[in-house]
Amino acid sequence: MVDLIVLAILLALGYGFGRHFEKQHYKSIIRREAELRHITAIASRIPPAPQLADDPILVTGSVVISVDYFKRFLAALRSLVGGKVVSYESLLDRARREAILRMKEKARRLGANQIFNIKLETASISKNARGNIGSVEVLAYGTALKPLQQQER
Amino acid sequence: MIVSNMEIIPGKHIKEHLGLVQGSTVRTKHVGRDILASFKNLFGGELRGYTELLHESREEAVNRMKRQAQAIGANAVLNVRFSTSSVTHGAAELFAYGTAVKIE
Repeated sequence: MVDLIVLAILLALGYGFGRHFEKQHYKSIIRREAELRHITAIASRIPPAPQLADDPILVTGSVVISVDYFKRFLAALRSLVGGKVVSYESLLDRARREAILRMKEKARRLGANQIFNIKLETASISKNARGNIGSVEVLAYGTALKPLQQQER
Repeated sequence: MIVSNMEIIPGKHIKEHLGLVQGSTVRTKHVGRDILASFKNLFGGELRGYTELLHESREEAVNRMKRQAQAIGANAVLNVRFSTSSVTHGAAELFAYGTAVKIE
């Protein structure tokens, strides 16, 4: 009985705080994405047109993000029947967008406005004893370029 | 030392390829951070301690790679890739590798 009460409290806490944090995070992601839209992140390996540019600089952005207790519980239930695990989808979406934003913020600090050859990498950092994924790390990296004509202006 | 994950540098000519250089580090965080992280695991959200830890270790890996490149006389490392693997619970290996080259 006590176990059930504890579980219910943990689920309620996870649900409440988890939802709150996720909403806030999405708000900040959307705001910053609009702010940083002028920095173009391009996944192609080589700049489309040869251009005079400053030395390229490697920029990285990473974030470790964790899912809340309620969602982890849902995911565990979901794994009984199989199918789409929505609770983890939003976790990874947030992590990727956050990592890209941090990379762009670094590029902005360097004065670059283009990032090429973007690679994304995901790693699950901590697994608990039952093998459930607790948190994921997403790393975004690319090469920031500063066009020369931009600097002269 | 130029570090880039592109295969070329726009406007620059590669004089010599010097082969693969790599740098890696295995890190773990202290217990306090671990306990905080497990609380955060309940509510969800970013685990700042881990983010910092991995960021610092990745920088260390890149620095080691740069040192190796310098030792063999390169002035740039191109096509850099990162890789992360969790070795045991709470410890992660951060690995960076790339091609050391000499550019004009």
